[in-house]
Amino acid sequence: MSLLELRPSGLFCPGGDFYIDPWKGVDRAIITHGHADHARVGSKSYLCCNDAVEILHTRLGHQASIQGVAYGETVSFGGVNVTLYPAGHILGSAQIKVESRGYSWVVSGDYKVEPDATCAAFQPVRCNGFVTEATFALPIYRWRPSGEVFAQVNEWWRANAAEKRASVLYAYSLGKAQRLLSGVDADIGPIYTHGSVERLNEVYRRAGVALPKTTYALTADIATYAGSLIVAPPGMNGSSWVRRFGDFSTAIASGWMQVRGHRRRRAVDRGFTLSDHADWPGLLSAIRETGAETIWVTHGSIDPLVRWLNENGWDAKGLDTQFTSDEADQNETSETEQVPE
Amino acid sequence: MKRFAELYTALDATTKTNAKVAAMESYFRQAPASDAAWATYFLRGGKLRSPFPSKLMRQWAAEAAGIPAWLLEECYESVGDLAETAALLVPDAGTGSSDIKLTEWIEQRLAPLRAMPETEQREMILRSWLQLSSSERFVWNKLITGSFRVGVSEGLVLRGLAAATEVPESVLAHRLSGSWQPTPEAWALLISKETSDAATSQPYPFFLSHPLEGSPDQLGNVTEWLVERKWDGIRAQVIRRKGEVHIWSRGGEQITDRFPEVLSEAWRLPNGTVLDGEILGWNDGRVMPFADLQQRIARRKPGKAILAKVPARLMAFDLLEWDGVDIRARPLVERRTILETLPVNLSPSLPALTWDDVAALRASSRELGTEGVMLKRLHSPYGVGRQRGDWWKSKIEPYSVDAVLINAQRGHGRRASLYTAYTFGVWDEGKLVPFAKAYSGLTDAEIRAADSFIRKNTVERFGPVCSVTPELVFEIAFEGIQRSTRHKSGIAVRFPRMARWRTDKKAADADTLETVKALLRT
Ligand SMILES: [Zn+2]
Ligand SMILES: [Zn+2]
Repeated sequence: MSLLELRPSGLFCPGGDFYIDPWKGVDRAIITHGHADHARVGSKSYLCCNDAVEILHTRLGHQASIQGVAYGETVSFGGVNVTLYPAGHILGSAQIKVESRGYSWVVSGDYKVEPDATCAAFQPVRCNGFVTEATFALPIYRWRPSGEVFAQVNEWWRANAAEKRASVLYAYSLGKAQRLLSGVDADIGPIYTHGSVERLNEVYRRAGVALPKTTYALTADIATYAGSLIVAPPGMNGSSWVRRFGDFSTAIASGWMQVRGHRRRRAVDRGFTLSDHADWPGLLSAIRETGAETIWVTHGSIDPLVRWLNENGWDAKGLDTQFTSDEADQNETSETEQVPE
Repeated sequence: MKRFAELYTALDATTKTNAKVAAMESYFRQAPASDAAWATYFLRGGKLRSPFPSKLMRQWAAEAAGIPAWLLEECYESVGDLAETAALLVPDAGTGSSDIKLTEWIEQRLAPLRAMPETEQREMILRSWLQLSSSERFVWNKLITGSFRVGVSEGLVLRGLAAATEVPESVLAHRLSGSWQPTPEAWALLISKETSDAATSQPYPFFLSHPLEGSPDQLGNVTEWLVERKWDGIRAQVIRRKGEVHIWSRGGEQITDRFPEVLSEAWRLPNGTVLDGEILGWNDGRVMPFADLQQRIARRKPGKAILAKVPARLMAFDLLEWDGVDIRARPLVERRTILETLPVNLSPSLPALTWDDVAALRASSRELGTEGVMLKRLHSPYGVGRQRGDWWKSKIEPYSVDAVLINAQRGHGRRASLYTAYTFGVWDEGKLVPFAKAYSGLTDAEIRAADSFIRKNTVERFGPVCSVTPELVFEIAFEGIQRSTRHKSGIAVRFPRMARWRTDKKAADADTLETVKALLRT
């Protein structure tokens, strides 16, 4: 019996009788993190990192049965040990280590290796088999240090503020928005948020993450917003909601902004390359550090990464999962649906 | 290179005309003369031939990135542009951006590449990549591969240059015409404030006709009118002054070098002559369809083949300057009398004793390949712009309006991936109001060209519809017109279609809502 296998409902551990990030309702689901493609409704019980419990409740409803565990804490299901380690993706994101009789797999969910002030840093975990994402698994994706990107954002905001213009920054509401907020220079001006961002800011603050003061952008008085920064989900671009900001410049923060074609299709004034996923060097170093000889590759540029790994001595294959990218490019409609704006 | 790459990034990042002009202005204000010259050259679409085949760039980029060739191809698939793929793949050396001047990059590095053996080319390119930031590498790769292009029209470049140098756009246009060489000397001449050189070339404002609504007998006695064919070509002024010849289109563009036949005819005119007329494709004693002539508009320097295929001539119909004197105030009949003595192809005056004769002439327009007839008051001066009353056009199309493309929507079926449904606007108090939607009338090649323009110039998106920078002008033909409260413009038209793409016109030349509404009375 294998430790992990792919079933119609998702990645399954037969020994422990649980699924990891299933896309259909199951009895027991262990969840890597709160993004919509990983934490889906319909399961009877959920287990996730302590910091992700409240995020999961916002997504799955307050009746959902969700149990939290600490990073590094081990729980057992039918003789299979399950331990969660930080994935560095967003608040409460975890790699899930599944171990039985000395043999282990790590399911990393989404991850990045660069430090992020809003969540625990990615921790390499030794294992025999590693399940990796591949959202940005092409060597054209190499991130600049986030400090440089924040400096670009600040520069853009400052220039707009000098002209009494508002700066509307589109970023995924869960994770990316808070990471940006923690990185911008709040002395430039006031910061407003879209409702979906503000709700998650509260969750982050309660988890002890330091964020600058933000205000829910309720008023329709244009003058209020002159010189301010407004953080909103990408789906708001071009909507009537943003018209309240009068004269404004738009920008989007996403790993996809690395490529000119993507930047131009977004029809915003600026594109900042900032991702919560590992870039190509990040993926390779993470894979190396696990020491795993078998690699399963999910969502994104699966084929190139699988081929590269196989050519370089790993035993790799692609997994046909139903995870999607949570970066701005793809998921923005589901993001906006939740918000009664 | 740093500054030029920043300029490129700024121009690329915005669809707002004013922001583009501002970016060019600030670049030209600080750039050294030689860099400004090269930047002008590249912004206007100048290219240098690539010194090596693109497969070598692929090879070297893969090598610099330490990846196999197949992985480079995967990246290229995803990016869609080799210069960008290579720029993204090459690791940053950490030296950041390059303060070395654009001129040095072009003259000391790019130019010598051509004469080098492959091994030295490789070394030079790999070394150059290490000295540049990612965005600089992209611009550099675009320049090397001769694929540098940036979304600014000639007019916009002129605006940017004019803003930075305070030299009028028309003077700059004159000085840049012909084969302008990007040297510091040429730049110094270009921005010289001593502008008498350009006065010689300056055209007069064109006098424009109005569509005639209803029957022509309202114009009074037919004998007071000159009746001419309405030629379907490029409206142009030919200027022969002080030993020079200049040809201007109505769009304010110098097209002197594009029509060598017209140019050589113009040399036969005496100094101090300005003609107004229509440049036509002319073959076998008759006018060629406008679509044929259009093939020549795009070519700055037409080759032998196209000159033989579409020979051009000026059909002259007015004389604005004679013996160095502006004679526009003199009556048409006098201007025309002099014009008839000149060595020109004269647009014939058609014999008409009654308005019925005019109607009959108009009815014969289509078989002669013309658009209708012009009616010009014999005792009228040559006016300015769209003054009403003296020049009328009576077209055979029941209705036709020049309108600006403002919105586009994707098509269905075979054309689902292309923008094929367009909304057109006409001017109303300085704004474009939508007046018609059209789906048909363009060739496949034109659809592809329009689609690519739309993608590059999308301003905003509303579901499947996007708004585009108002730049393209189309002649919209339609069968009927009526008032409508459901339409913002207050009118509805029947069976609108794109009669043709007016590449010779700018947005500002499109018709006004007032003109369109005037058609209601017929
Ligand atoms: Zn995620
Ligand atoms: Zn994911």
